[in-house]
Amino acid sequence: MSKTSTKKTATKPMIEMDHVSKSFGTKTVLKDINLTINKGESMVIIGGSGSGKSVTLKCILGLMENDSGVIKVDGRDIAEMDSDERHALMNKFGMLFQGGALFDSLPVWENVAFGLIHGRKMDRRQARKIALEKIDAVGMGASVADLYPAELSGGMQKRISLARAIATNPEIIFFDEPTTGLDPIMADVINDLIKKCVTDLGATALSITHDMASARKIADKVAMLYQGEIIWTGPIEKLDNSGNEYVDQFINGRANGPIAKHTEHKK
Amino acid sequence: MLFKKIAFVDLCQNSGAAVLAVFAKAGRLFAFLGCTLKHIFTPPFFYKNTLQQFLSIGYYSLPVVGLTTFFTGMVLALQSYTGFTRFNAESAISAVVTLSITRELAPVLAGLMVAGRVGASIAAEIGTMRVTEQIDALSTLSVSPYKYLVAPRIIAGTLMLPILVLIGDIIGILGGYVVSIHVLGFSPSNYLSQSWDILQFMDVFSGVVKAAFFGFIVTLMGCYHGYNSGRGAQGVGIATTNAVVSSSILILIFNYLLTQVFFS
Repeated sequence: MSKTSTKKTATKPMIEMDHVSKSFGTKTVLKDINLTINKGESMVIIGGSGSGKSVTLKCILGLMENDSGVIKVDGRDIAEMDSDERHALMNKFGMLFQGGALFDSLPVWENVAFGLIHGRKMDRRQARKIALEKIDAVGMGASVADLYPAELSGGMQKRISLARAIATNPEIIFFDEPTTGLDPIMADVINDLIKKCVTDLGATALSITHDMASARKIADKVAMLYQGEIIWTGPIEKLDNSGNEYVDQFINGRANGPIAKHTEHKK
Repeated sequence: MLFKKIAFVDLCQNSGAAVLAVFAKAGRLFAFLGCTLKHIFTPPFFYKNTLQQFLSIGYYSLPVVGLTTFFTGMVLALQSYTGFTRFNAESAISAVVTLSITRELAPVLAGLMVAGRVGASIAAEIGTMRVTEQIDALSTLSVSPYKYLVAPRIIAGTLMLPILVLIGDIIGILGGYVVSIHVLGFSPSNYLSQSWDILQFMDVFSGVVKAAFFGFIVTLMGCYHGYNSGRGAQGVGIATTNAVVSSSILILIFNYLLTQVFFS
């Protein structure tokens, strides 16, 4: 694991979560979350199903509203932004969804170029050219460009989704369970691609996963969520010596330990 | 006595919760409506999506609406004949067919058929997009789902249903004509001139205005229920059912209200 290549120079916080809480009805999903991700850093949030990982991501993206606390992106409180500022902020984001979330009504290249054509108002011909470059960057040929997402395998869909996430050269990229549902080799391919994309773009990355191999490969820093709370955070090098028995149980995948065997299912 | 008291409190609690739930639902629907109207009238506009919806909502509904109104016109002529011969009023058949079709049957039947065909498909499509996170993906790509998905469908529904109903009017009256001439033995020229003479601008206009309302209701309900679809296949199934049932009921209610406005 070569974590030495990480850019240590930039320390400006890109994403800050300050005492963020979120409930659905009577069920509290996030409890007083404090988390800072510096510019150019790759943070991985680990945790079991239903621990609040996806909700954390959706709150930062503005897809869900947090009940209390402040979320700042690049120093700005996202709750105070008007729709134009929100639009500008979204242009900085790229997101790889767990299931790919490709638009099945559009061919592959238009999926990849979607943010360029509609978000950045780029000419379609030029957007297609960039889309083909990004498709190439994720290791796929131009032959898939005119296929529809339904014609691709799961691993290919994930790679196209990755190409879509990086198409606009975003400053911040979110990865939601990037390796779930893939075979180990394809998972490693995706991890390598994520690492390469983040390094090439110099982007800030926030991933959520419960795949430890993936976390070890792409993380600079790790935070562990358990029952809506961040119970440990630290650099990846210290993950194995965290001194936290919850973390130890989780990263070693042991059935016995402080984390209850039965974890609540996702909301 | 105590049992009665508890039962009464339970009744109050349950009915209170039901009333609150209705208000909450109405509030969500109006918030959705407000957001949609804002996005319909502010740029950017997705012309290609809107044109696509014109095709899928308008053009592809034509066979269903045409068949429905054609057979309704036919059966209307047949039924009025059997009724009207009892008091020698056969000559009123053309008037009955023409007025019933233009004022009521074409808009309501077209509305209900489109609710089944288009409302269901909109709810299922948008619901599936919600479940597979495609709607979230749109937002992260700086595109408002209201502009990209909802506005084109509602514009197309509101503008296309009146056109469908105008065509349905013609086909329905033709259905009545075919039965009157070929089955009941009326004279073609008499029948046509009677139909034409009875028809007033308001008859057709009211039907067309109703159709615009119904088109709006069907597409709004389809989008709303799809957009707020629950998780999984079951969630999409429930959203689809709700879209069709709610738009059908609203069509019948608004049909009465609009008739009251036009002809009272």
